[in-house]
Amino acid sequence: MSADGTRGPGAEVATHCAYCALQCGTLLRPSGPGVELEPSPDFPVNRGGLCQKGWTAPALLTTPDRLRSPLVRGPGGELAPAGWDEALDLIVAGLDRVRETYGPDGVGVFGGGGLTNEKAYALGKFARVALGTSQIDYNGRFCMSSAAAAGNAAFGLDRGLPFPVTDLGDADVVLLAGANPAETMPPLMRHLVHPRLIVIDPRRTRTAEQAALHLQPAPGTDLALALGLLHLAVTENLLDKEYLDTRTTGIDAAWQYALPWWPERVEQVTGVPVEDQRTAVRMLAEAGRRYLLTGRGVEQHSKGTDTTAAFINLALALGLPGRTGSGYGCLTGQGNGQGGREHGQKADQLPGYRMITDPAARAHVAGVWGVDPASLPGPGRSAYKLLDALGTPGGPRALLVFGSNPVVSAPNAAHIARRLAALDLLVVADLVPSETTELADVVLPVAQWAEEDGTTTSLEGRVLRRRAALTPPAGVRTDLEVLHGLAVRMGQPAHRFPVSPRTVFDELRRASSGGRADYAGISYERLDAGEALYWPCPDAPDGNHPGTPRLFLDRFAHADGRARLAPVEHRDAAETPDTHYPLHATTGRVLAHYQSGAQTRRVPELLAAAPGVHVEIHPGTAARFGLTEGALAEVTSARGSTVARVRLVPTLRTDTVFLPFHFPGAGRANLLTGPALDPVSGMPEFKVCAVRVAPWQEPQA
Amino acid sequence: MRATTATTATATASDSATASDTATAADGTSAVTVIGYGPAAHRLVQRLRHHGHRGPVTVFGAEPQPAYQRAQLTSVLDGTLPAGALTLAPLPAGVEVRTGTRITAVDPRRRLVRAEDGTEHPYGILVLATGSRPVLPQLAGAGRHAPGLRVPHTLRGARPVTKGPVVVVGGGLRGTETAYALGRAGHDVTLVHPGAHPMHRLLDGRAGALVTAALREAGAVAETGRRVVAVEPGKALLDDGRLLAAGTLLLCTGTAPDTALARTARLAVRHGIVVDDRLRTSDPYIYALGDCARPVGRHHGTLESAWDEADALARTLCGADGSPVAARYVVRPRLPALAVLGPPDALHAPGDRDEHVVLSDPARGRYGRLVLREGRVRAGVLVGLDRAVATVGRLYTEDRPLPPDRLALLLGTDKEYTGGSALPDTAVVCHCNNVTRKDLRQAWRQGAHDLPAIAAATRATTGCGTCADAVRRICGTAAAS
Repeated sequence: MSADGTRGPGAEVATHCAYCALQCGTLLRPSGPGVELEPSPDFPVNRGGLCQKGWTAPALLTTPDRLRSPLVRGPGGELAPAGWDEALDLIVAGLDRVRETYGPDGVGVFGGGGLTNEKAYALGKFARVALGTSQIDYNGRFCMSSAAAAGNAAFGLDRGLPFPVTDLGDADVVLLAGANPAETMPPLMRHLVHPRLIVIDPRRTRTAEQAALHLQPAPGTDLALALGLLHLAVTENLLDKEYLDTRTTGIDAAWQYALPWWPERVEQVTGVPVEDQRTAVRMLAEAGRRYLLTGRGVEQHSKGTDTTAAFINLALALGLPGRTGSGYGCLTGQGNGQGGREHGQKADQLPGYRMITDPAARAHVAGVWGVDPASLPGPGRSAYKLLDALGTPGGPRALLVFGSNPVVSAPNAAHIARRLAALDLLVVADLVPSETTELADVVLPVAQWAEEDGTTTSLEGRVLRRRAALTPPAGVRTDLEVLHGLAVRMGQPAHRFPVSPRTVFDELRRASSGGRADYAGISYERLDAGEALYWPCPDAPDGNHPGTPRLFLDRFAHADGRARLAPVEHRDAAETPDTHYPLHATTGRVLAHYQSGAQTRRVPELLAAAPGVHVEIHPGTAARFGLTEGALAEVTSARGSTVARVRLVPTLRTDTVFLPFHFPGAGRANLLTGPALDPVSGMPEFKVCAVRVAPWQEPQA
Repeated sequence: MRATTATTATATASDSATASDTATAADGTSAVTVIGYGPAAHRLVQRLRHHGHRGPVTVFGAEPQPAYQRAQLTSVLDGTLPAGALTLAPLPAGVEVRTGTRITAVDPRRRLVRAEDGTEHPYGILVLATGSRPVLPQLAGAGRHAPGLRVPHTLRGARPVTKGPVVVVGGGLRGTETAYALGRAGHDVTLVHPGAHPMHRLLDGRAGALVTAALREAGAVAETGRRVVAVEPGKALLDDGRLLAAGTLLLCTGTAPDTALARTARLAVRHGIVVDDRLRTSDPYIYALGDCARPVGRHHGTLESAWDEADALARTLCGADGSPVAARYVVRPRLPALAVLGPPDALHAPGDRDEHVVLSDPARGRYGRLVLREGRVRAGVLVGLDRAVATVGRLYTEDRPLPPDRLALLLGTDKEYTGGSALPDTAVVCHCNNVTRKDLRQAWRQGAHDLPAIAAATRATTGCGTCADAVRRICGTAAAS
């Protein structure tokens, strides 16, 4: 068996998990209509481990309410089965009508970070070439955009982990800022057994429980904490001055913004004791091998880019990035959250992590696509702005959704559902019914993880082969087939939208060639032969570029080779508690569910483990508002209410409640979250809003 | 005072000739002149641009260097930071900054300010951010001219201390912080303070004793109930006749609002420049903020309150409703785990309706005293209780009800609430795969007697792997029973 977990000929298929960005190696053996699964003992990221989501993923393949036929909304308003030709013809007719009246930008496209590289690439090309619209973005905007913006600004390149996951295992100290891998990606914890952990999280999560040091800042104050840690690094004389001199620029300006954040002030703003701040900086500065990792907790804020930048500043000040045995990284969330942000489904990007505003990038990609560079649209709206504009004057009137469920996952969800309902045409491609398919005019049933080939790029920047173990059920098509069918009907040459993932990947290689995320040297053949290939992997004369497991060891990706510290300033969250809404609410995840839960809520074991939304609250706070363990609470923000079951958590801050966002209907945590966006990344403020809580009263009939 | 305001306003309105070219409206277009270039002025100018102010902004600073973080002068004194490291971030482009320019008079009638060199500068809106000036004691002998004597109130007076031993005169907040920092930096420090214990206006006796002990541990001895009466080169004479060796003598004997300029403008001054809730002085075109101002009915005097005032004033001058400045600030000295909440008089004399919580653990350096009304903090002092110092401050400033378990709050523990008894059968042992203790025992009964067998039967330990020890223990219990 190879390092990739590929086995020789036989019934067993080596592939990767359906869910998160760890992309754990799994081995599938077809069995009846589904598959039997075991974790791959050889794939270095999971080494035989798997969480409950991964173990139970086969249940998704045989879920009873799998979509098996296109659905078209009839005159009576009900979704009814229809043939593929009928559905696709209907969509194209609707798109044509919208395009005639409103122009190309009348149609929007919303993608997902769960789509394979091939799908993400084809979707971006479809939008720019077949539709000619600038209005494409994806749900990864809600995940990785702040980290991406900060990483690009600091290093000139954004690869979540610029080193293999396995490097973490040898670390002495790892600081996790706003990350809870013990619940969101459990097998990662296998690499965090040896290092002492410093965890920054307002909640005492399972990850925090395993930490040597847990810093518990008030929601929305982690930027102040990061500035304070940099302040201490300076005043405690812990800077790596030689590294700063030779490998970075910007420490002086960054310091001027950290200067007003002396530890006692940081303590009063964040609630983190001075001694804990000092211990954290010392642990990180004095360890031999050390890493700083960020997660959604610091990134999903209206200041998420700056907060991430502040943690990168700290990492740079201590000399971590671009060194063997140390580093900075962000923990990418969605299965293909890395590859999904590189190949053109982002409003401002073309494949290969090229910027759509860069004339050279446009010329290169247009050349690969065989179109005039001038025909490519410019940058469009970022995800929330795109959704917010739907059906409004100047906004898209039709939307195609692939691999996303924004009715549950977008912030200010009730508003977004109204925007979706205001469209002339909503088309949703998914494998199971979701809260978003319920609003659609046309639903297209598409294949899922174990039913098709493709590649994903994991959180460590390694390109992985997903392999089909089954053929899709009758009536189900792949996303590539859907895009092909639509494009041809819209008059595009058939060869421009191939349906074979391998053919699409080969085109992606050319399109990415010379870009920041260069895949030119990666091929299905090399991956199938078991090579571990990390981008950038440019074309080499001998076709054997080894890829780049570790970035930045010699230089950062800016022209001068230096990383940049950013001058960033703390400010309050867009919404802070007041007398009407006296508590912070923060949203997040539970182990048993993935994203909007459209998939995992269909897996009986996972549903049994986490059947519905709950609200975590400190017992003292609960008593104050008349809430008891297990009772239903109504949690209300300025935008709406969520009904959730009370769970008393004595380790929670008394000013904060927590809700997971995976649940539908009245249990949507995103009914509470607000429309504030990060001005740089477009990231919504998922991690903090102001709420009140009360016992739930059944509405009087 | 009301009359003064009216007169000034009338005079100003009727004498528009000299000032007609400078906009005065608080709508974001006014020509704003700021006197003083400390952290409050710096923040005001930053926030003016942030909130969309479009008019010209001029800043006059008497000191030669750009704005610096005065509150951190001890870091320069003790050698932690070079003086240049205290320089605040550059101001937005277009702001005219005149450092080294002392303004000596304000003429509100003609709406202009006069500099030391006689030049006159018209203003539309004037903001006084003149800060405070040190209050210095009478000293016999060489007095203030003694070599080694310094007033660490400005960057000039805060050069790194090199000549030991050090005598710090005045054990208020700044003096105590200074003594502590220098002690920690390895200097031989004596803190001379007339009160019964350091910071006696802020702290009660028990808290004061713990601070004295913390000073001692850092290498600083507190001479309380004493004054320095005379200074000679290398020596300080105490009022009890003792002589202290003093290579460096630092005067930290308090400050007073610098109101000299306000007086030239005949503004209402009572200890500080009197301002209303929008920081306006008795002249409608003149505002004041920070240490030089005296807001009506509001606690202020911390750097944070000055910064909040700067933001509120910037909003006001941009035509927005200035958000009210918070009424509550925590005094959090740069000393180990110490916080003072609320007015000291409320602490010393709680009312009948007040709940009084006291925790005293002197052997471990811990002391907490909270005066609560309707479950909210009115006043308090916390020493050595590092969790409580970090959390109660916010509960106080935001006026939130405290959680019902006061001791848990003070001790920073949540143990009160956790059961701590043996795991029930329904307890999840492997969270990654949702495996309960009951599931494990059942697997054991069905023949899975080691970790790999348990993992194969239940998937326990196959996620993050951290439950392996717990699973082994449960197997052990099962084997024993």
